[in-house]
Amino acid sequence: MTTVTALPTDSALRELEAEAIEIIREVVAEFDRPALLFSGGKDSAVLLHLARKAVWPAPLGITLLHVDTGHNLQEVLDFRDALVADGGHRLVVAEVEQWLADGRLAERPDGTRNPLQTVPLLDTIVEQKFDALLGGARRDEDRARAKERIFSVRDAFGGWDPRRQRPELWNIYNGRHAPGEHTRVFPISNWTELDVWRYIAAEDVALPSIYYAHDRDVFERAGMLLTPGPWGGPKPGEALQRLRVRYRTVGDGSCTGAVLSTATTVDEVIEEISVSRITERGATRADDRLSEAAMEDRKREGYF
Amino acid sequence: MSDQLRLVVAGSVDDGKSTLVGRLLHDTKSILADQFESTLRASEGRGATEIDLALLTDGLRAEREQGITIDVAYRYFATPARSFVLADTPGHVQYTRNTVTGASTADAAVVLVDVRGGVSVQTRRHAAVLALLRVPHVIFAVNKMDAIDWSEQRFAEVADQIRDVAARVGLVSPAIVPISALTGANVVAPGPDWYAGLPLLTLLEQLPARPDEIDAPFRMPVQLVIRPRTAEHPDYRGLAGRVASGTIAVGDSITAHPSGATSVVSAIDGPTGPLDRASAGQSVTVRLADELDVARGEVLTDDAGIASSRAFDAVLTWLDERPAKARQRVLIKAGTKTTRGLLSAATSTWDVDDLRWREAREDLHLNDIGRVNVQLADPVAVDDYADHRATGAFLVIDPDSGATLAAGLTGADLGQLVH
Repeated sequence: MTTVTALPTDSALRELEAEAIEIIREVVAEFDRPALLFSGGKDSAVLLHLARKAVWPAPLGITLLHVDTGHNLQEVLDFRDALVADGGHRLVVAEVEQWLADGRLAERPDGTRNPLQTVPLLDTIVEQKFDALLGGARRDEDRARAKERIFSVRDAFGGWDPRRQRPELWNIYNGRHAPGEHTRVFPISNWTELDVWRYIAAEDVALPSIYYAHDRDVFERAGMLLTPGPWGGPKPGEALQRLRVRYRTVGDGSCTGAVLSTATTVDEVIEEISVSRITERGATRADDRLSEAAMEDRKREGYF
Repeated sequence: MSDQLRLVVAGSVDDGKSTLVGRLLHDTKSILADQFESTLRASEGRGATEIDLALLTDGLRAEREQGITIDVAYRYFATPARSFVLADTPGHVQYTRNTVTGASTADAAVVLVDVRGGVSVQTRRHAAVLALLRVPHVIFAVNKMDAIDWSEQRFAEVADQIRDVAARVGLVSPAIVPISALTGANVVAPGPDWYAGLPLLTLLEQLPARPDEIDAPFRMPVQLVIRPRTAEHPDYRGLAGRVASGTIAVGDSITAHPSGATSVVSAIDGPTGPLDRASAGQSVTVRLADELDVARGEVLTDDAGIASSRAFDAVLTWLDERPAKARQRVLIKAGTKTTRGLLSAATSTWDVDDLRWREAREDLHLNDIGRVNVQLADPVAVDDYADHRATGAFLVIDPDSGATLAAGLTGADLGQLVH
């Protein structure tokens, strides 16, 4: 119980790349209005990189969709906008704030907005008539995600029923669905956190600066290092400290914490997570600590 | 040798499958402290004094409440020798459906057998399905050896039963390994003195993966025709796809099926730039010397070896709760080609309990395996599944709901089965 031992070799990484490109090409070929869920995080950055490769040298004719909780770190939003401008992509942003403003959603007592993303996501899928959503979710992230198919058909409510999933056979993917339903597709299902970072290193994929160690004012809450922001805090008794930290995941600022780190380069990050004794989500995601089945419960409601 | 092995673990409900998966993850240090601690807490919450490794993998609420595995889950672990993608399939009711899902992409399978009960109905079914799907390596892990004090004699008895089943389903000289998933003996740690073979994990690390696919004739289903028509690439026209088998090189002549158009490969673009050659498993874009009218759904080959037909015999594994209907109208998806199809009534069905083909008396029901004839609206290029796993498989799809009704194997029969 000390470290994650081996690093997969380059050929294993290239095999994962080939599989992801195959899956993305199936989506491009078979759907009328696919979108790519883009949060600015490392998994979606890798997914976008793979999608561009899948159609190279043609431009990627897929809309990017970001559900913005209003609690995102500015560095991530700046990165998102720069990447979109640079690649000439169409970006649709579903602002949770708008749903709160017009009463379709209400703030939760605990202040976290992560679970509030589901309704804006589903509303935007209907509004924009998206028939497929590419996402950067990985099966190693969570026990419920481990059960997810690569092509996952969702009903009109966006719901996921693990008992009623389609069998997924060979690499013949079936994304057919009835009107009103849509298909979620996860090309990097079989990647681990370490695979993603090794690919970022191999391909020089750009990421938001918060993934690398920097000095930041943070306060401690429930064992996590949070950045002050509109989500509240520091509250009385929560002292601000300036620490050298980085983020392992990006997400809603109210429930995503930073970790102490001195890793300023990709290689240093790989070294750091290679010897980490804590998983990505265990280290920094409060929303997954709510219960043994927190992710499953959110996914059943249509969460990504 | 590939450095990634796709592995399926099958076994009956109480044969200790979740414990073995937990053991592999734990002993390869693929479980981190927070997962370990939350599993320990969950185990204690259920009154256990030690960690219940099954709770590591049974993640859904219903699975934890009922103590069963509901659906296939995928796990990842790595050793210095190789990385593993593990499909953890339930041994419960929907056995064929889930085993087929896990096994269709597997390079190797581990079938668990409880040494106390010996070969069960489920063992026979799993062995039969894995043989049918042509999983390259099938290993039988005789589990719970600790419960019988590692009796060499009992292991030999069960191994004889396994060899008998394996022979009947056409699995040639399967590996049979005694283990205790509970203690880890002969999984990662060494086994007893009397056992001369390798521990299970060492065996898995040393399996050759997918050698056949590289040596086989070239096959690439076309996924997309890439035509950017940009200022930078005004004349670019490439056929994008993943090489299903064999190897192709710049300068090779090539035929598209079913159209039959031929040309020569002028360039191959891979994810990291131009390539001289591409082989099985690589996603590439092939450019040709001539402007062929080749679209998605065609298969590129290096010779004229693939059959294009409007009808073929096949074995179906029926996966839907609604039984097949006589002369059922369906969609057939083979590779990247989807076309309308018509299924004949099943001519024979396979009795997985005594491993014999019988004349079909009724329609195919959930989990049934049967022979049918498939008629197609358009010709489709397919191989015999027995020769080419990648280009001999197809899906049967409900045209209304889109549901996957059956897994299809073209022209496949079940090898050395007693008829």
